Amino acid sequence: MTEAFFRAAGVGKRFGGFVALAEVDIELRAGERLGLIGPNGSGKSTFVNCISGDFAEHEGQVTLGGVALRGLKPHRRARLGMARTFQLPQPFNSLNVLENVRVPLLFAGHAAEATDRAMACLEQVEMADKARKLPRELTQVEQRRLELARAIALQPRLLIADEAMAGLSNAEVDQIIALLFKLNEAGAAVIMIEHIMRAVTAFSERLVVFVAGRKIADGPPREVLALPEVEGAYLGKQ
Amino acid sequence: MNATLRFWLGAVALGLALVAGLRLLGNDYGYFAGYFVLQYVVLAGAWNILGGYAGYVNFGAAGFMAAGAYSAIVVRQWLGWDLLPGIVAAAVVAGLLGLGTGYLTLRLKGVYFSIATLCLAVVLQTLVVNWDYVGGSRGAYIIHAREIPPFTSYTEMLFIVMLGLAIGTTGIGRAVEKSRLGRGLQAIRDNERAAEAVGVPTLRLKLVATTLCGALMGVAGAPLPYYSGYLNPEAAFSLAYAVNAIAMPLIGGAGTWAGPVIGAVLLASLQQAATVTISSALNLWIVGWMLVVFVAIAPRGILGWFRRRG
Ligand SMILES: Nc1ncnc2c1ncn2[C@@H]1O[C@H](COP(=O)(O)OP(=O)(O)OP(=O)(O)O)[C@@H](O)[C@H]1O
Ligand SMILES: [Mg+2]
Repeated sequence: MTEAFFRAAGVGKRFGGFVALAEVDIELRAGERLGLIGPNGSGKSTFVNCISGDFAEHEGQVTLGGVALRGLKPHRRARLGMARTFQLPQPFNSLNVLENVRVPLLFAGHAAEATDRAMACLEQVEMADKARKLPRELTQVEQRRLELARAIALQPRLLIADEAMAGLSNAEVDQIIALLFKLNEAGAAVIMIEHIMRAVTAFSERLVVFVAGRKIADGPPREVLALPEVEGAYLGKQ
Repeated sequence: MNATLRFWLGAVALGLALVAGLRLLGNDYGYFAGYFVLQYVVLAGAWNILGGYAGYVNFGAAGFMAAGAYSAIVVRQWLGWDLLPGIVAAAVVAGLLGLGTGYLTLRLKGVYFSIATLCLAVVLQTLVVNWDYVGGSRGAYIIHAREIPPFTSYTEMLFIVMLGLAIGTTGIGRAVEKSRLGRGLQAIRDNERAAEAVGVPTLRLKLVATTLCGALMGVAGAPLPYYSGYLNPEAAFSLAYAVNAIAMPLIGGAGTWAGPVIGAVLLASLQQAATVTISSALNLWIVGWMLVVFVAIAPRGILGWFRRRG
């Protein structure tokens, strides 16, 4: 196997005495499509917050492209090619859609061509006609698309989409899946965190399952989903 | 570029017209009142850089203003230097104070940051009260010439200096607003976590903003001892500065370069008029009522109110 392009080793996080995440190992090849699933509260977002640098303190090591990320703030990790969307969209509310997408470009050394590039990103997510709107004027799916446009403006090598499809209609889910495929073809590895199984199975080459803060399965989607403990975790929940 | 040139030409033309008009009036009081208003243009513009764009409310304006005023006094007593070096010293000292405060407090979010800046002002005041070299609680006198050619009076000279500082501060505010720094600060104000996530170096930008804000507040205070001829801690650390520095941008329109100018001209003129006709004791009372009225009818300030209509 080739050297992993992304590696999380022994990642864990406690909130007070509560163990939200423990001893998680995940490796990713460049350009890989990984699905990350698990019941509510199983630590998926906590894992994202650890690797993105949102939580400065956590157990374990994370490397991206051979660079150890310990101690790096989120903006440095973004510069290294890691982009994430938030489970609840977090737009810059006083800035219009175009300006929202220009912000990452201004600080990534593309100040001169920021507007053109931002428009290109908006076209990718089919939001070019909404460029002058304020975030609060957007529908839910448009807010999620804005979230994605802002992430892809970073030209990520690793994109983490944390429930980018929650609350969307079937047709809208298909649009977001197609978009993630497009980004993946452009070279980005993608971690898709999702409760919508149809989306996860359509998209992922590999599946990781979290239960109660631990990784309980990691492999090809079909095999992983057939595991009794995975089935148990989901049946137990529903 | 074109718009920037127009801004500077307009500002200088307005400034010259003000000086010409006051000369025609031929009364020293005009300069005296004008200085009072312009010092608030500087103070409010300085506050706006951190408070308006980045959303970090600085309650310590009086502390930074006094740091500037006392820097000017120290430069005068120690080196015998005059007003202009005093202004430079004030910018450096208050800028460093801003940077230091930023380092110590910017990890505090929201209201905790504000309380920390308030504490800073209290600590500084305690230090100055106990510092005999600058007069302690008794205060210090600055004796200056009455005439200073080519100006018609010393007060005219002070007015023109403060006019230059006000134009400069407003120009800096405008440049910040149009720059990457300004966009980054707005992103921080809207959502600091998302700003970090998309690559905005939030701590660095906030430190630039606290430094700039502190330096300009110090500049606003540097000519104060020359203006009053006398400075004591009570006057330098006056609550009026802290309150006006916040109220003026809010009333004019925080987060816009013109907002603090509008708010300062409006509120400071009202206060000056009240001081002359009734008593300066009314000043904070006026500011309080204006704030109540604006929160009710125009929560986004005068500019925000017009923008919604227009
Ligand atoms: N900042 C925090 N402080 C305390 N507890 C937290 C914090 N963040 C998450 N938790 C807890 O950690 C556990 C894991 O939460 P996390 O958000 O990672 O779950 P998740 O797998 O993303 O769930 P969901 O599918 O609902 O998004 C939950 O029990 C949650 O309550
Ligand atoms: Mg989650």
